[in-house]
Amino acid sequence: MTKFSPTRRGFLAGSAALIIGAHLPVGGKMAAKAASGPISLNAFVRIAEDNTVTVIVKHIEFGQGPFTGFATLVAEELDADWSQMRAEHAPADTATYQNFAFGIQGTGASTAVRNAFTQMRQAGAAARSMLVQAAAREWGLPEDEITVAKGVVSHAASGNSAQFGELVAAAHDSTPPEEPKLKDPADFVLIGKDVPRLDSADKTTGAAQFTLDVYREGMLTVAVAHSPWIGGKVKSVNSAAALAIDGVEKVETIPTGVAVYAKNTYSAFKGRDALEIDWELSEAETRSAEEQMEEVAAAAATGEGVVAETYGDLDAAFAGAAEVIEAEYRLPYLAHAPLEVMDGVIENRGDAAEIWMGSQMQTVDQQVTANILGIAPEQVAINTLMAGGSFGRRAQYDSQFAQELAQVAKAGGQGTFKLVWSRKDDIQGAYYRPQAVHRQRAALDESGRIIGWQNTFATESIMGGSAFEVVIQNGVDPFSVEGSIHKPYDFGAFEARWVRTDSKVPHLWWRSVGHSHTAFANEVFLDEVLQAKGKDPVAGRLELLGDKSPRDRKVLERVAEMANWQGVNGSDGKAYGVALHPSYDAHFAYIAEVSEVAGEPRVSKVWVAADVGIAINPDVVKAQIEGGLGYGLSAALFNEITFAEDGQVAQENFDSYRLLRIHEMPEVEIDLAVSNEKPGGIGEAGTPPIAPAVSNAWRVLKGQPVRRLPLVRA
Amino acid sequence: MTDLTINGKDVTLDVPGDTPLLWALRDDLRLTGTKFGCGIAQCGACTVMVDGMLVRSCVTPVEALDGSDVVTIEALEGPEADAVRKAWVDIDVPQCGYCQSGQIIAAAALLTEIPNPTDEDIDYAMAGNACRCATYVRIRKAIHNAAKMLEA
Repeated sequence: MTKFSPTRRGFLAGSAALIIGAHLPVGGKMAAKAASGPISLNAFVRIAEDNTVTVIVKHIEFGQGPFTGFATLVAEELDADWSQMRAEHAPADTATYQNFAFGIQGTGASTAVRNAFTQMRQAGAAARSMLVQAAAREWGLPEDEITVAKGVVSHAASGNSAQFGELVAAAHDSTPPEEPKLKDPADFVLIGKDVPRLDSADKTTGAAQFTLDVYREGMLTVAVAHSPWIGGKVKSVNSAAALAIDGVEKVETIPTGVAVYAKNTYSAFKGRDALEIDWELSEAETRSAEEQMEEVAAAAATGEGVVAETYGDLDAAFAGAAEVIEAEYRLPYLAHAPLEVMDGVIENRGDAAEIWMGSQMQTVDQQVTANILGIAPEQVAINTLMAGGSFGRRAQYDSQFAQELAQVAKAGGQGTFKLVWSRKDDIQGAYYRPQAVHRQRAALDESGRIIGWQNTFATESIMGGSAFEVVIQNGVDPFSVEGSIHKPYDFGAFEARWVRTDSKVPHLWWRSVGHSHTAFANEVFLDEVLQAKGKDPVAGRLELLGDKSPRDRKVLERVAEMANWQGVNGSDGKAYGVALHPSYDAHFAYIAEVSEVAGEPRVSKVWVAADVGIAINPDVVKAQIEGGLGYGLSAALFNEITFAEDGQVAQENFDSYRLLRIHEMPEVEIDLAVSNEKPGGIGEAGTPPIAPAVSNAWRVLKGQPVRRLPLVRA
Repeated sequence: MTDLTINGKDVTLDVPGDTPLLWALRDDLRLTGTKFGCGIAQCGACTVMVDGMLVRSCVTPVEALDGSDVVTIEALEGPEADAVRKAWVDIDVPQCGYCQSGQIIAAAALLTEIPNPTDEDIDYAMAGNACRCATYVRIRKAIHNAAKMLEA
């Protein structure tokens, strides 16, 4: 695996202080001073004479809603009318557009709104002040008598009023305020209310522009033949047949495979299929996924590793236990499989380069491109485009895809190249959610109450070897252990222990990262223990919550109320499963209604009680819960990457990597708590609880414990 | 050479006959609303109408389309398409949006066939269109809403 460390500064360090103290960059590439025309009031807000207000969004839009969310924050403090709001992606410019949670420009870990809630409001408030200053000068009136509402600046006593666009020229002489004054949350008119998404209309007409839709003059389309074995390298290649195909221009060997340059996509794909390649497999992973899983299980069984969290006297709890219950849980490799394959366009101009892609970590993408092309990072411009999903895939710690794109440009020479992966490249391209094996032990007293909890699990380090390795403190990678620590329950005595494994199969964060396996292993085991002692899954959880976690307690009580909870057994062959799992400062309780259809679990309804803190756009939050739940359900039911007997990845497309379909999607009823707590992250938190909720119901239906995902195994 | 009608215009495609319609639409005609998702007719992102039927353009070679009438998302029109688009925007169905061209074409075709579809009708008609963002709850609701609009 390539190690790459562009910067070790700043990740997660002191982010709260930075947010509060954030100064608004008035510089940045968007703020070039001009005497007339649209005005960039700061690096995040541009107002045009036609009254449109464009918010420059530093996070990539791939459906999770930052365009709408950030525009809402700006419009709120600017007192704009929603109809005049627009949004566009920021250019690559780390100083101006960094994510305060990372110290680089990038999107991930459900941080978008959490890192920029105050910054975007300040940007709006500063812009408002500059418009008010302009009006005061134009009208010769004091600033403090001027009001702004719904996109109109006015002075009641004199009857003066102006649209934003009319003040653009005058605003060029305004001064950005030192400390923009923010509204009292009680005065919010947009935050917390539903506004229509800014990107919906273009997504119903085919007009929305994705990377795949970028066509440049003279551009060649490139397909790369990758090793069918993970870690395989090109030993030799015969490209004669490929070069004979109409439209194929040339073939070049690059570090990750063999690149076919063609006049169009179909020729590139056909040329790639016609290549004859011998692969060098000495460093490849050629064992079955099962063998690899056994290795992970053996690591967990050693009981070694590092303690991620502990409290109470665990030895005493187990020594004095009336009963000890144990179980082991296994989770597979998962591909992200966003519907738009990985793709990018690069223009190699020799001393500079320009990229068009769904860049999720602009700073790193820019640096690796510069390194490969031998130019300065500032000479690499990145145009971030909307992406057809990511779920973690478009951000790689080593900028895997940008590296390949740059290698294509380097081998191609000056010119413009569009690199397009096939679905097979995606499914077989590794960077998977790593395998994980959890061993669970619970100590119970005479009454059947849990008095000790020991969770020993083996999986890879998510951040190890990445630019973010600095987050690993005392040998604990927070992204590998999250969800197994800081449990809402009071277990009396507790230990979460992580055994770090390694693999030749490159891994990656997958929607909800550590939570994607820890929620399942913990909430399913807890349910089994409660059932073994004849306890109700809701009442049993409430007993363990006590008063330790009031927000979790509330959502669990609420979801039981919503579902009219009567226990796990329903009528008509239905069973009900419960799961409670907080993540990203958001608190979720699910109840899933499950039956058996053609031998498979069918989830007909899920009740969701959530407390996500302040919801900027409640409907966007609900959409993310529905989607996160569906994404997690697809994986829980169907998804696993395995390796065939010859060591090649066994799955290759959606016929073997099955996606959840509309008839398999449950009805989802969501209750969002009214909250003044700081906003939680909502892009991922809806995913973790669905696998345990459905598994818990499936265990009741089948009378067999669920110890492994997916539930439907090929 | 294949002569056909695309979005109401007579077009001669000068591409090898085995070229999938998807890539001819995108690479040659720059009709980019039709998307590539899988290449094997499993996801529905490439759905277009050919002679009034839903077709997966990623597995349809242009040589099979001589004299055909192709309609893509860019030119999809009529009361069903209008109702579907309005219903989609009203409740903000799209997330990433990448599959939605195919979803909208399939939904409009369903409403043309069955003006007031049941949930089962929707399941049957839409199961071939995968949405990785899992916007299915809203797709279902929007189709019902569009049916109501058409009835009114």
